[in-house]
Amino acid sequence: MDTNDVKISTKDVQVYYGDNHAIKDVSVEIEDKTVTAFIGPSGCGKSTFLRCINRMNDTIDVCRVKGDIRIDSEDIYDPKVDPVQLRAKVGMVFQKPNPFPKSIYDNVAYGPRIHGLAKNKADLDDIVENALRRGAIWDEVKDRLQAPGTGLSGGQQQRLCIARAVATEPEVLLMDEPCSALDPIATAQVEELIDELRKNYSVVIVTHSMQQAARVSQKTAFFHLGNLVEYGETSTIFTNPVDPRTESYITGRIG
Amino acid sequence: MPFTWLVLIILTIAAFGYVMGRKRALQSAGGDRRNLHSLPVYYGANVAIWAIVPAAAVLVVWMLAQPFFVNSRVLATLPDTLVSEGNSIGLVMSDVRRVADGLDVAVQQGAMSRAEATSISTETSDVRERLGEVGVALGSAVSPEVLSGAQRYRTLNATGSVIMTVIVLLIAFGGAGYAYSRSNADFRARNTVERGILALLIAAASMAILTTIGILFALLFNTIEFFKLYPAADFFFGTKWAPSFSGRGGASDLGVLSLLWGTFYISFIALLVAVPIGLFSAIYLSEYAGPRVRSIAKPLIEILAGIPTIVYGLFALLTVGPLLVSMFGKDTVGWMQGGTAVMTAGLVMGIMLIPFVSSLSDDIINAVPQAMRDGSYGLGATKSETIRQVILPAALPGIVGAILLAASRAIGETMIVVLGAGAAARLSMNPFDAMTTITAKIVSQLTGDADFASPEALVAFALGMTLFVLTLGLNVFALYIVRKYREQYD
Repeated sequence: MDTNDVKISTKDVQVYYGDNHAIKDVSVEIEDKTVTAFIGPSGCGKSTFLRCINRMNDTIDVCRVKGDIRIDSEDIYDPKVDPVQLRAKVGMVFQKPNPFPKSIYDNVAYGPRIHGLAKNKADLDDIVENALRRGAIWDEVKDRLQAPGTGLSGGQQQRLCIARAVATEPEVLLMDEPCSALDPIATAQVEELIDELRKNYSVVIVTHSMQQAARVSQKTAFFHLGNLVEYGETSTIFTNPVDPRTESYITGRIG
Repeated sequence: MPFTWLVLIILTIAAFGYVMGRKRALQSAGGDRRNLHSLPVYYGANVAIWAIVPAAAVLVVWMLAQPFFVNSRVLATLPDTLVSEGNSIGLVMSDVRRVADGLDVAVQQGAMSRAEATSISTETSDVRERLGEVGVALGSAVSPEVLSGAQRYRTLNATGSVIMTVIVLLIAFGGAGYAYSRSNADFRARNTVERGILALLIAAASMAILTTIGILFALLFNTIEFFKLYPAADFFFGTKWAPSFSGRGGASDLGVLSLLWGTFYISFIALLVAVPIGLFSAIYLSEYAGPRVRSIAKPLIEILAGIPTIVYGLFALLTVGPLLVSMFGKDTVGWMQGGTAVMTAGLVMGIMLIPFVSSLSDDIINAVPQAMRDGSYGLGATKSETIRQVILPAALPGIVGAILLAASRAIGETMIVVLGAGAAARLSMNPFDAMTTITAKIVSQLTGDADFASPEALVAFALGMTLFVLTLGLNVFALYIVRKYREQYD
């Protein structure tokens, strides 16, 4: 496997929900143009850690983040950094498909519009088409761009959400269990899409399915009780784990 | 026997039946409650229900029917001459009832013996004077026909009451006895009581619905009566509101348009105040405020909804009106002549409506799923962009529903208008002129001393009907929109 540049680097990250110490001393280096999977049992903190990378945890009052998180060597928790600007650079796809109650076109155009990415209407049309193509949903919706996004099927909605995230030209794409609400066919489509996206982005995906992690990712991080237990090449983690807890989890004895 | 006594006796029978039924059921199970089908209380309750419900039903029906029966019997004995002397049947009957009531009072106070009350005649004594002594004033001397009618009325009523008491008590005893005889271990008392409770709930629900229908019909019949006396076209399309105050003259102008205009103008200004303030405070409370601020501010805003409207009216009359006059009155721009104006009432009504808009909008904004917010924040939108472009469009149908409900409140509001907007019906564009609304005019038409059969009084029902149709329409429309919205997320 070829080695890529480090895109995201974290050092001694701690997250507290009120008095609850949810993430303990997590240090990890995530590479560019790579799919990195976070696996671990429920409540182990993998989603929380994911939400630190685009500062989504700022919207939760009781949540405090300590430590050092850098994207392209820039500290994203620096007071000079605008979290709103950061989130345009670090796109996010959620567990449940959440299209806005707007047309398919307006859903995708939402980000480019608020960030002023398009020069004119024709430019915006191009951006929307490109995003929908990269979301692998263009052929299904090109004839009904003005139909409501909520009227699509679950799998289509999730791909629409991915297209929506891609439309703002992010550098990193965070995915929080993107397939947990989808059926196997839709899951396969989304997984194929993730593999495509790797060409342009650094993708971080949280998943409960170890098969999915093995299928789509090149690197895997195993979280347990708020600790990062093991991080390395996906093939190594699944065939020859170093830590006994990792082995217990992937063989189904804990979790 | 007085009515209260009858009710007390029925309740006593029920209480006694409760104890007995419970005891008998326990006995039949050999004193072991585990052998009973239901808990012992159900057997007691079953007997009590059987004692009360049939007896009470008969009591109510009898009390509704007896006056009709007595009236028609008394009426049949009255000579036709009495009625045809330019009097209506209703007037004669009210004379009869008044004399009969007078005799009752006289007997009660001891000024007349029971026998005397039934035998007294206009030939031997002056009934009007005798009744006057006990405080019952009669308009004219009592004619012999009316007196005998009144005596007959009394006898019939007295007999009716006695028969009613006996029958009702028999039914109460019979019901209790029947249920008591069935109280044994195998009887499914629990199921019977359950059915009784169901019947009680249905009765309560239908009472509310029947009352609504009753009000609607009362309005409808009087409105039809009004349109017989006054042309409907003049009412609906007349721009002039000038009822004659004699109550008898036919020269009244009763056009609804100037009142409708006043109603809509004041409501419009009220909504102009309430909608932005209410909506913005709802957005602040649901999206920006922390839990501490929210827990204090929300109840404080809702206190506004608990203030009686007459207090708002005082506020309009004594504070807002003079304040507006000092701002827009003769001393400055001269737009405003007096303290009572559309603006005064509209502003104060708007304050009253703030909690309606804010409370409902707050609930609706909170019902927008968190996933929508996350999606928008995740794309790098700020809070206000998220609210403007995602949350408000998603919540819009519900907010429109809230505004329509507030509008129907505004249209039906009375006291603030009476005190704040004046009483002059006027078609004017100037919001600083005094105007009046439908509701305020209903009050003034019915509190005067106009003859109740005149168009000047009956117009109140036509106005009420207009208002009813307006607010009902708005409410139905609002509920339709709110319901349509709800289906999106459930």
